[in-house]
Amino acid sequence: MANAHSRPIAPHLSVWRWHATMLSSILHRATGIGNYLGAVALVIWLVLLATNSEPLVGFLFEGPMEWVTRIGLIALTWSASYHWFNGLRHLAWDAGTGFDPQGSNLRSLIIIVLSVIATAAIWFAALTGGAS
Amino acid sequence: MSQSFRTPAKRINPHGAAHAGTGHFIAQRVSAIALAIVLPVFVVTLALSGAPDSFAARSYFASPFGAIVSLLTLTAALYHMRLGLQVVVEDYIHTVATRTALLVLNSLLAAGLWLAAAYALLTLAL
Repeated sequence: MANAHSRPIAPHLSVWRWHATMLSSILHRATGIGNYLGAVALVIWLVLLATNSEPLVGFLFEGPMEWVTRIGLIALTWSASYHWFNGLRHLAWDAGTGFDPQGSNLRSLIIIVLSVIATAAIWFAALTGGAS
Repeated sequence: MSQSFRTPAKRINPHGAAHAGTGHFIAQRVSAIALAIVLPVFVVTLALSGAPDSFAARSYFASPFGAIVSLLTLTAALYHMRLGLQVVVEDYIHTVATRTALLVLNSLLAAGLWLAAAYALLTLAL
């Protein structure tokens, strides 16, 4: 135990200046966990629909819970969008390209902006093009 | 001549790596490629379907296109997220009993959710 704690550890998060790739790496994990929770919620919704559980579906999507659920879904849309865009970058990294520090920082910011734009576009489509 | 270069830790624990990492790495990437294709199709068509209104959502999942795209997306997503959370647990949880319990729970949850999703989609579509 004492030995394990006296060994050098890395990275020392507290002594590093924050930079975009660090944020994007942490966000990839965080959004991955968020998407996990979102998938659990999505399957629960499917089961509620399949078992004709109208009172519970109504509780989630109508009345006082309507906007709580909607904000959760908007957060999930952003989380999935970010993980999707940054996942493409991970595939590029696996192929051996895109390791330059300056380009990586720039692409981190582009991915964050793109994920916000995608979320806005999907919700604009859902709230105007959808039936309700 | 016969000097050993093995470390003391290596001598008491000679098993080394589990040799299962490459399969995990490839499975994570293959499911990522599947999701890169099907996830946007699923999200955009569901968003335009009129969901979460119950009637609109039911008719989307009941349509052949909606049912197949949903099943493809959830299958790839549940597989991908099981692999992903496994790595998160292995990275951050160091107590063996807790780690083992969470890894088993992760596997059972992903498999159970997939069966529930497949059952629900088949019920809605057939």
